[in-house]
Order: sequence, then structure tokens, then C-alpha cells
Amino acid sequence: MLENYLPTLIFLLVAGAFGVVLLVLGWLLGPRRPTAEKASAYECGFEAFEDTRMKFDVRYYLVAILFIIFDLEIAFLFPWAVSLDVIGGFGLLSMAMFLAVLVVGFIYEWKKGALEWD
Amino acid sequence: MLTEILFYAFAAVLIGAAIGVITSRNPVHSVLFLVLCFFNSAVLWLLIEAEFLAIVLVLVYVGAVMVLFLFVVMMLDINIEKLREGFVRNAPLGVLIALIVVIELYYVLWVKRLGVDVTGGVAPLPEGYSNTQAVGAVLYTEYVYPFQLAAVVLLIAIVAAISLTMRKRPGLKTQDVAAQVAVRREDRVRLVKVAPEEEK
Repeated sequence: MLENYLPTLIFLLVAGAFGVVLLVLGWLLGPRRPTAEKASAYECGFEAFEDTRMKFDVRYYLVAILFIIFDLEIAFLFPWAVSLDVIGGFGLLSMAMFLAVLVVGFIYEWKKGALEWD
Repeated sequence: MLTEILFYAFAAVLIGAAIGVITSRNPVHSVLFLVLCFFNSAVLWLLIEAEFLAIVLVLVYVGAVMVLFLFVVMMLDINIEKLREGFVRNAPLGVLIALIVVIELYYVLWVKRLGVDVTGGVAPLPEGYSNTQAVGAVLYTEYVYPFQLAAVVLLIAIVAAISLTMRKRPGLKTQDVAAQVAVRREDRVRLVKVAPEEEK
């Protein structure tokens, strides 16, 4: 089985080597004459107004966590689909129960308006 | 042979990245090191032919959980200098927790061994073995109760996330498509008769 992943490994090595070679070449060949003005923070031609740390809207968090939950649900579906002929009717029923519980959650978030970005 | 070399290479990167997680000064860098850790763990899963677990590790942890971690780290208004104060004051607690974790690891890996001979390597798997199918064959039948519990836990997560973060703010100008479609001419336009000015 592992030999099927050999192209992936080669790809990984080539990609890593390529990135390292480019960085090293740039570091070796590029001229570096820093001045105070060059090394200062640059933000659209202005001095930076404030710190980059700031609070975002908490709704980004809500979107991300709802995504994760349904991502996990999908992950549970893959082995189920592969082994359906082994687990038979009981497996089908068990997944139906699983999905039913999550559909309750889906209806809840839909009705609550969590999917809307007003 | 190649498998062993690969295992040690990826395990070395994994440990290096794990050290990076706890030593880097910038929390965003820590999270990115943790992403590297998860990728390397996925490769280790792959090396023992646990394909499904490897893909799920990348899909769920790297794809979703780490994105959430990055979100939280970037969103939190953390002043890093402030966090560094109190290092000495909290150090005994940290050392205590580290000790407990080390003892637990020792217990699991050397004393109990989880019933597995960890020194012997993995038994060769039969031809045509599919990890995904092997997981599926027991997950939905033998472990049906934990599986249903997982559904309930996910449901609780949905409800908790919504009830913690959803709030209606007043005075928000939103678009109501139904109301826009249902509007009549009479609601919007009013014709007023104006007497024309007399020319003198």
C-alpha cells in the first residue's frame, strides 16, 4: 500500500527542496543595504496607525465552529459508505439515527438565524 | 528499510515542531508549528497503513481545528508582554503539571503498554486490507453507542456555540427581500396635485 504514496513523497521532497533553494539563493545573491527608512514598518505609505492585534467580530468564530461540526459529520460518513455492505441494515439505521440528531441541530441553527450574516 | 528511515525522519520533524510550539514567542507561530505537527503525525499514521485516520487527521485537525485556533489566536486582543509577567510566579504550577504528564506518559508507554508490544513493530497486514473498511465495520455496529454519543456531543456543540455567540444587535439595517418584493406602488409613490402658477 505504501508504494502508492511514493509520488507524494517525491513531490514533498521536491517542493521542500525547491523552497529552500530559492530562499537560500535569494539570501546569498541579493544585495542587502538596509537603512533606517527601509527597515521601518510600511503601511500604504503611512506610519502604522495602531497595533495589529484587534478584536474581530465573534460571528467569524460561530461560522468556523459550525463548519467544524459538519466537517466531522462528513468524516463519519466516509468509513460508513465504504463498509456499508459489511454492516448491513443495522449500520444503515445507526447512521440514520446519527444524521437525525444532527439534522435537529441544523434545523435549530437555521431557525435561529445563525447561518445569516446581516 | 525505507519505511524506518521515513519514520525517523518524520518523527524527528514532529518532535522539532512540537518544541517549536512551546518555545516560539509569537502565538501565531506556535499554531503554525502545531499544523506542522499534525501533518507529521498524519504521515506516521500513514506509515502504519492507517490511511483513513491519516486523512481525517489532516481534514479535521489541520483543516478545521487549526483554522479555529488561528482564528482565536488572531482575534484575541493579547498583549504578549503582559502574558510574560508572572512567569516565575506560575512556574511551580507549570512544573507540577509537566511532572504529572511525564508520569502518565511513563505509565502508559512503559508500564501498561496498552496491551501492545511496542518494541516489535507492526504486524504485516493481509493483502487487500483497507483501514477505512476495518474502521467502518466496527464503528457503526459494535461501537454504536459511542457513535450515537458523538452525534449528541456535536448537537450540544451546535447549541452551545449559537447560544454563546448569537446576539441580535438593535438598530441594524438589514435587507428583507420578502418585504421588498411585496411592496406596492401605493406605498412608495404619492401623486400630489399642485396648482400651476398663473402667468401674469
